[in-house]
Amino acid sequence: MKMTKLAAFAATAITMASPVLADLVFPSLSYRTGPYAAGGIPFADGYADYFTMVNARDGGIGGVPIKMIECETGYNTEKGVECYESTKGEGALVYQPLSTGITYQLIPKVTADGIPMHTMGYGRTSAANGKVFSNVFNYPANYWNGASNAVNHILDINDGNIEGKTIALVYHNSAYGKEPIRTLEELSKKHGFKLSLLAVDHPGQEQKSQWLQIRREKPDYVVMYGWGVMNQVAVQEAANIRFPMENFIGIWWSGGEHDVLPAGDAANGYKALTFHGVGKDYPVFADVQKYVVEPGNAAGAGDQIGTAVYNRGFYAAMLAVEAAKTAQEIHGVKDITPAMMRDGMEALVIDEAKMTALGMPNFGPSFSVSCENHGGPGLGGVAQWDAGAKEWKLISDYAPSDMEVIGELIVEDSMAFAAENNIEERCN
Amino acid sequence: MSANFYFGVEVFLNGLMAGVMYSLVALGFVLIFKASGIFNYAQGVMALFAALTLVGFQNGQIPFAHLINAIFGTDLHHFGWHMPAFLAILCALGVMILFAFLVERYILKHLVNQEPIILFMATIGLAYFMEGFGDLMWGSDIKKLDVGIPQGGNIWLEENTAFLGGEDFYGFYLDNLDIWATVLAAILVTSLVLFSQYTKTGRALRAVADDHQAALSVGISLRSIWVIVWSIAGFVALVAGIMWGSKSGVQFSLSLIALKALPVLMLGGFTSIPGAIIGGLIIGVGEKMFEFLIGAPFLGGATENWFAYMLALLFLVFRPQGLFGEKIIERV
Amino acid sequence: MIYREAGDFKTSYAKDQQTFPIAFDRWGYFITLAFAFLVVPFIINDYWINAVVLPFLIYAIAAIGLNILTGYCGQVSLGSGGFMAVGAYAAYKLMTGFPDLNIVFVIFLSGGVTALVGMLFGLPSLRIKGFYLAVATLAAQFFLVWLFNKVPWFYNYSASGQISAPERSIFGYAVTGANALPAVSYLFCLCFVVILAWAARNLTRGANGRKWMAIRDMDIAAEIIGVNPLKTKLTAFGVSSFYIGIAGAMLFAVYLGAAEVGEAFGISKSFLILFMVIIGGLGSIFGSFAGAAFMVLMPVLLKNVMVGQLGWPTDMAAHFEFVIVGGLIVLFLIVEPHGLAQLWRLAKEKLRLWPFPH
Repeated sequence: MKMTKLAAFAATAITMASPVLADLVFPSLSYRTGPYAAGGIPFADGYADYFTMVNARDGGIGGVPIKMIECETGYNTEKGVECYESTKGEGALVYQPLSTGITYQLIPKVTADGIPMHTMGYGRTSAANGKVFSNVFNYPANYWNGASNAVNHILDINDGNIEGKTIALVYHNSAYGKEPIRTLEELSKKHGFKLSLLAVDHPGQEQKSQWLQIRREKPDYVVMYGWGVMNQVAVQEAANIRFPMENFIGIWWSGGEHDVLPAGDAANGYKALTFHGVGKDYPVFADVQKYVVEPGNAAGAGDQIGTAVYNRGFYAAMLAVEAAKTAQEIHGVKDITPAMMRDGMEALVIDEAKMTALGMPNFGPSFSVSCENHGGPGLGGVAQWDAGAKEWKLISDYAPSDMEVIGELIVEDSMAFAAENNIEERCN
Repeated sequence: MSANFYFGVEVFLNGLMAGVMYSLVALGFVLIFKASGIFNYAQGVMALFAALTLVGFQNGQIPFAHLINAIFGTDLHHFGWHMPAFLAILCALGVMILFAFLVERYILKHLVNQEPIILFMATIGLAYFMEGFGDLMWGSDIKKLDVGIPQGGNIWLEENTAFLGGEDFYGFYLDNLDIWATVLAAILVTSLVLFSQYTKTGRALRAVADDHQAALSVGISLRSIWVIVWSIAGFVALVAGIMWGSKSGVQFSLSLIALKALPVLMLGGFTSIPGAIIGGLIIGVGEKMFEFLIGAPFLGGATENWFAYMLALLFLVFRPQGLFGEKIIERV
Repeated sequence: MIYREAGDFKTSYAKDQQTFPIAFDRWGYFITLAFAFLVVPFIINDYWINAVVLPFLIYAIAAIGLNILTGYCGQVSLGSGGFMAVGAYAAYKLMTGFPDLNIVFVIFLSGGVTALVGMLFGLPSLRIKGFYLAVATLAAQFFLVWLFNKVPWFYNYSASGQISAPERSIFGYAVTGANALPAVSYLFCLCFVVILAWAARNLTRGANGRKWMAIRDMDIAAEIIGVNPLKTKLTAFGVSSFYIGIAGAMLFAVYLGAAEVGEAFGISKSFLILFMVIIGGLGSIFGSFAGAAFMVLMPVLLKNVMVGQLGWPTDMAAHFEFVIVGGLIVLFLIVEPHGLAQLWRLAKEKLRLWPFPH
């Protein structure tokens, strides 16, 4: 019978390799296709290249080679579940789901399966509260830190007083885009600025209404939480209405090269937040050249090295490797399990000395993770786009965000989750 | 007059312009629906594919470079030339004509006389296919499209209208790209009308649109007509792809502009070229004015997507065949 | 030879009219059911349940729902994604609002809520027909998604607008939430599928189904012979939305566990379900299953072959997946426009005569 035949065929095709315990498995849930591919490709390349480099240069982590399994999600939650299920059996150490939607789905699953998950600069913000979320980490910064970083940057420009100024938030009308609203509302009460909210519906190809409104209302600053094609259109429209680009600040997901390049010279001066270094000007990239590019092992087309989002993937892989090293030290075994990896992440300390030793001086903020705080200190910097040189330039140090405001919101949201799901507090 | 009134006028004008951009996409749908009764969902993907091809030619990208590299271990990316925009447009047009030919040869020919919904689904299958194929051919990263159309606010208009309002009014804002789109759309529609009225092929097209069987019986080859119609639709897709692609860069999301064209089609009628234009204008103005007057101040914004559909839906309840569609006559 | 009706004597009308008139079919059906209930839960692994079987079962419900509307009543709808969202959000509100309510009731009530919404959006179908209606249902799709995104009440004022399913259990076994055993979720979904498919099959064979089909074949003629188009179309919208709402509720609560409306219930979901119905076969319950199986299994299969077996780069495999699935859809429509169900029927005809076809 047809169906059974088909099923039998499928059964033979969907055979999974038996777990190879000799390797440290790092799955990479990437999205190199679909509407958001432009942002997914560099991240996946950076993530992969770092592991390739560590394998080629150091022979793995503490001598145990790394095995990276890539799985294409297309930014689709259901494919994300499929990817999770197909890789977890292979001994996956840490997940980087790379999508807020997939993150929300995996939070209960990874907790039940005892696998840590790292959502760097995305995901569920209140997961920073380690008391409630045992297996989820979102150091070094999250969406709410980003909102506060942006406001702090505006404060800096204005010598600490933005009373009476207007800040417009242009956001992707989805869970992700709505994240900063609460934080910005609190901050507007605290600093006395006026907040105006402009939603842009997915996919965001047509934003005339929003930018005409900005042109009418003339806010002093525009903060953007954009995603996908929305970024390119917004930068273009801002240039069209001749909004001063240096007053236009995007979150890190609106701060890739691909977001500003289509607008050409008009994008000059556009700012984006970041929590990691930009550009190729770090000693470690010589190693990338030597161990990854020259042997022809660069991931993807190999043309993304040094771009902002590539560096983010690179940085994420670095943090994962450092956490694995920490875990190896704590437990004294080389072949770590996901549970040990979790302990390593919880005890992770990143300081300047460590980064310099890795050839990445000042690549990211110094921070440490603890049992209570899975989110780090929320340090973030600002990068500015130089359209002439076609590169981002870091124009500020990694500065702290307003944890007074954010901390409260995190506790509130995570406690609501704990109550809904009957989770007992840890770390006491 | 108060600044608010002028803001309203400005929104209205921009709505018209946005409407023209929607019409560009809707035109392609109408052409194919009229000639073959196929609701071609792949029109949006065709626009994406055309724009990808155009950029690829312009930058001298090697098609399927990624695939070739993966199979043969080579490191190919570019031919190393930069084609002038005009030549690249011609080449892209050639590809679209080839595409039309292949679609007819391998799909439509086999689906003659099927129910409309089957044809519709076939075009969705085609859309899937083209999405994957286009990405395989040219890569899925975002590409900048520049064929020399100016972008940015029209400064002349802005300076010469600034005196109208008070201090808060900067003068009317119109995007140069939109103005170009309007001019192009006007040329496109005029030439389409001229073509269908005064050329032999055009008359054959209209004959097929009126009655397939009668057209067949006087010796018009349906198959060649279909190739021609799909080629024209491919050309329209190319124009739409250029205009939208200049705005946002060429990438996957470009195919979603089809969704912007559907309410236009409902409103204007699936079978009317002027309907596509007028429908586009009504939808453009309607959604922008709604967002300006009600959406943004009272509903929290981002109402445009659904409002366009709701407007069209309300309209259809009173006129089920759209504004200019052929009257639906039902016989038992 | 084995598959035949000779010797299968019916002695009553009831027997003559049963769903599976041929003994072999009947036995095959019972054996499949027994296998699904008694054997599968013990041999299947997590990956199969979570990546293939659960979505298959849930989409099968949605496909049956849409098939009732499109296949039996002839009203093309592209609003399924929006209606699934109604089911999901109704389930979320019921689960968080009434923590003691049994999950079975929650899911049925969500279906009921969706049925009401579906009937509301079905009203224009009295005036609008064909593709105009298909596009008009997109209004429902976009409006509902916008609504669930915009009004914080629907997601209990959470910061991000994501909804997460809390843990609920039956007979002490968790079916939703993280601690649900895959086998338990599987059985839970399977029960729903069996009951709903059985109900749908009998509905479409009865008076209502005949009315729907009359409307589908020619609505004016149907009206003349006394079928009330308003009532008939609205019941089709209602029943169809009931099924789709249940599918949405289960997709959210049992399968995904968390959802965001624009992502999980966007327009692509509407198209996916329509695909299942068309590939499977319009107007066939079996077709809904076959279509769902095809659309769920095919991408997973292709991915595993191309990435897992051949070791291709994931992005290229994903592109090929699009090309192949798109190509197959077109091929299917060319070869057999009436879908897998028709292929199945033809195969059965052939089998009946085999090995002496003349």
